[in-house]
Amino acid sequence: MTRILELVLNGRRRVDAVPDNLLLLDYLREVVGLTGTKTGCDGGECGACTVLVDDQPRLSCLTLAATVNGQRVDTVESLGHDGRLSAVQRGFHEKLGAQCGYCTPGFIMASAGLLRRNPHPSEDDIRAALGSNICRCTGYVKIIEAVKYAAELHAGGVSP
Amino acid sequence: MNEVVAAHNIGGYVPMVDGPDKVSGRAKYTADLVAPGLLAGRIFRSPYSHAEIVDVDVTAALRLPGVKAIVTGADCDKTFGVLPIARSEHPLARDKVRYRGEPVAAVAAVDDATAKRALGLIKLTVRELPAHYTSQSAMAEGASNIHAQRPNNIERDVLFELGSVEQGFRQADLVREGTYDCAEVCQNQMEMHAALACYDAERERMTVYASTQVPYYVHLMLAQILDMDMSRIRVIKPHVGGGFGCRTEALNVELITALLARRAGGSVRMMINREETFITHRGRPQTDIRLKLGMRKDGKITAVECECYQRGGAHSGYGIVTILYSGSMLYAIYDLHNVKYIGKRVLTNTPPCGAFRGHGTVDIRFAFESLLDEMAGELSLDPLAVRRANYLTAPTFTDNDLMVNSYGLPQCVDWVEQASGWRARRGTPPKGEGSIREGSIRKGLGFACSHYISGASKPVNWTGEPHATVKIKLDFDGSIVVLSGAADIGQGSSTILVQTVAEVLGLDLSRVRVVTGDSEVVPKDNGSYSSRVTFMVGNAAIDAAQNLKRVLVAAAARKLEAKPEEIECLGELYRAGAQDKGLTFNEVVTEALKDTGTITVTGNYSTLPQSHGGKKYRGAAIGGTMGYSYSAQVVEVSVDEDTGVVNVDKVWVAHDCGKALNRLTVEGQVQGSVWMGMGQAMSEETAYHDGLLITGNMLDYRVPTIQDSPPIEVGIVESNDPHGPFGAKEAGEGSLAAFLPALTNAIADAIGVRFNELPVTPDRVFAALEKRRRAGNGHAGKAGRAPS
Repeated sequence: MTRILELVLNGRRRVDAVPDNLLLLDYLREVVGLTGTKTGCDGGECGACTVLVDDQPRLSCLTLAATVNGQRVDTVESLGHDGRLSAVQRGFHEKLGAQCGYCTPGFIMASAGLLRRNPHPSEDDIRAALGSNICRCTGYVKIIEAVKYAAELHAGGVSP
Repeated sequence: MNEVVAAHNIGGYVPMVDGPDKVSGRAKYTADLVAPGLLAGRIFRSPYSHAEIVDVDVTAALRLPGVKAIVTGADCDKTFGVLPIARSEHPLARDKVRYRGEPVAAVAAVDDATAKRALGLIKLTVRELPAHYTSQSAMAEGASNIHAQRPNNIERDVLFELGSVEQGFRQADLVREGTYDCAEVCQNQMEMHAALACYDAERERMTVYASTQVPYYVHLMLAQILDMDMSRIRVIKPHVGGGFGCRTEALNVELITALLARRAGGSVRMMINREETFITHRGRPQTDIRLKLGMRKDGKITAVECECYQRGGAHSGYGIVTILYSGSMLYAIYDLHNVKYIGKRVLTNTPPCGAFRGHGTVDIRFAFESLLDEMAGELSLDPLAVRRANYLTAPTFTDNDLMVNSYGLPQCVDWVEQASGWRARRGTPPKGEGSIREGSIRKGLGFACSHYISGASKPVNWTGEPHATVKIKLDFDGSIVVLSGAADIGQGSSTILVQTVAEVLGLDLSRVRVVTGDSEVVPKDNGSYSSRVTFMVGNAAIDAAQNLKRVLVAAAARKLEAKPEEIECLGELYRAGAQDKGLTFNEVVTEALKDTGTITVTGNYSTLPQSHGGKKYRGAAIGGTMGYSYSAQVVEVSVDEDTGVVNVDKVWVAHDCGKALNRLTVEGQVQGSVWMGMGQAMSEETAYHDGLLITGNMLDYRVPTIQDSPPIEVGIVESNDPHGPFGAKEAGEGSLAAFLPALTNAIADAIGVRFNELPVTPDRVFAALEKRRRAGNGHAGKAGRAPS
């Protein structure tokens, strides 16, 4: 069956007709063409597809698109202002939180979600918030530095 | 007027030039690409481990509406493989299937759901054959032969003895032997394999987008498999989501996608899932090692005897090279004589292994550094003192003719000793029992070393060309465009190219752009493997930039009516002496263009023949490089004796990368290597049940999470290699291997039990502790072997 999906995607209202069984991940990538959100596993194992639904991190590969009806969905493409990087994006870029970059959008969205609900996270808070995201390049050391730096930038007024 | 100075671009912390694309979601990976009329590809895989193919019936699948093309082994009789001497693999199995999951047929359909349905309609009829899942079983007398051209399922037998081990063991005060078993592991890079192939039937041209580390190899193998002239093929490498070695050879994925696209006369995108990515494999083989060392009382090693069996999987792949590395890289880290190596690479009915980060060196290093630690304990020597008793003196050639020009291992050992507080915390001689106990937690410190090559001196496809070629284009706009085939897979090679070119020209990084990854535009490159890019391509980039600088200096001299040798190049300013007002960079460019129009220059790098390894045994060239990196590590662990859980509290690692061109990426590479070693040491294993992969997801193939991962403090040691670009050597692999033995040495320090089987899971630790408790040994006694 097909349903009407009405949502606010990256700050813009949008209406689509979507099949019941369409995953939010495939809706974003294949229907809307927002390929920043990545597929890294066969379902719920890696966190690469993390997006924010009403500011809460959510695995878009385990979410049916139709279930976010009426909600706000933010992907990595939503971050930044006037073409400049957001605090979390700058953190991941400048502190080398991203190497191959494939897990990066998921980490960035999980981190942005963290800073929106907790602008001054401790290292333990960061580890807990990113515990379901896998990175194969960095060993996570510079990811933690990236998020700490992002929190500092955020405290200085840069959007997360 | 402010003093004009040339910009300096190496040695600092430089974020990656493609970082903004990655953090904004703009970076396109293969699966992100679309083409008009794109078809979805799917692969039908063998459910049998070893069987003769009687029939592949695709008639029902072909009749399904929406199916546009099907290909089977009958459509391609060509073989592929990364080594010209061992091309044993068909993209789609013909005559026989040799592992569970081997591609048998492939479908292109209007959408993924249709392609998936079509797979269910394909009928495979076989005659099953006995299958072999272990090296021992495959080598046993009467075993079923997996490849006709490889009797007894031995892919390669290696045997050498340099010096006399018999004599060496006689000179020893202590001789010890250990056996080691390292599980098979997989790269498990975050981006699953994908390919997009577009066939232009009208002009008979093929374009393939592939997530590869070596577009050149993909190009070669596409020509071979498609039986097409190479000039009709174009290979494009988009952003690549990691590789760690599994993408250093053309994979069946891109070859099958191209076969489908040609059959369909259009564009096909193949996105295989995580389980299939595991099955495509090319990871590190399960390895059995027997190692015997002779040592004098002062720690000097007198003899080494090493026997190594690798379960290689169903096809040749890099197998011959892997088993040779395991022998040759016993050398070039310590001053060794009297070394005997027996290596056997075995074919089995499991997915094919390949080159995994630290290729061929990791499991051997685990055994070697474990046994050194054990023998140090027996001789009451500090483990660091044992290494110090065996240092090389560079420059030198090893007994197997490896050229060592720079050697920062002593500085690495000194750094971790200081940084970890080794002497105060572990003491000399080691306590063997660990020093701290809190409740059921015991703490321990372990130490080990490792090394790696900066690219193989002789590339796999030896053509006589320079090892690396870089082009630079400079036009009216004054922007410098570096053209290189080097594949940036996240390690930062594009950033290094920009830095080296900007450094030579004294320009800001912002003036330099890099174009990579399209065979139609960039020069061929031997690819991103065995840590070759910074060394080989970096040197070629320096050469190209120097050639460009000569052109610019000549133009400036002409305009300023001076001699070229009088021209001072300050990047944005060229002048004839300090009093000269000089010319801006753009003015120099305008003058230079008058000669030739758009300027293009070429830079090359060729390795020295004496770095190509020797001829003392068959395959002795493997291991030859222009520069070896060195690493030393101290690992601190907490072991919970009640649960068997091992926590890594902290790692101190020092890496001799010659010269850190970019401290940020060197640190990132070293931390990533250490951490990847941690996964192999503690939790990762690809397990099979009768050839069926049972760990084909990221929960059962257990990768450490951020919650499990320790702080990793990096010390950069700069030995300034005489041949490296600005003195640099590799930084991305050499620190992986040392983690494994440093961990088990730390566990031995903490609880007195030595683990020679990897991974050291909580189950294994708990079982060992339980066995000891039942035997009534309590906590006492010196470090012994894990009871088996």
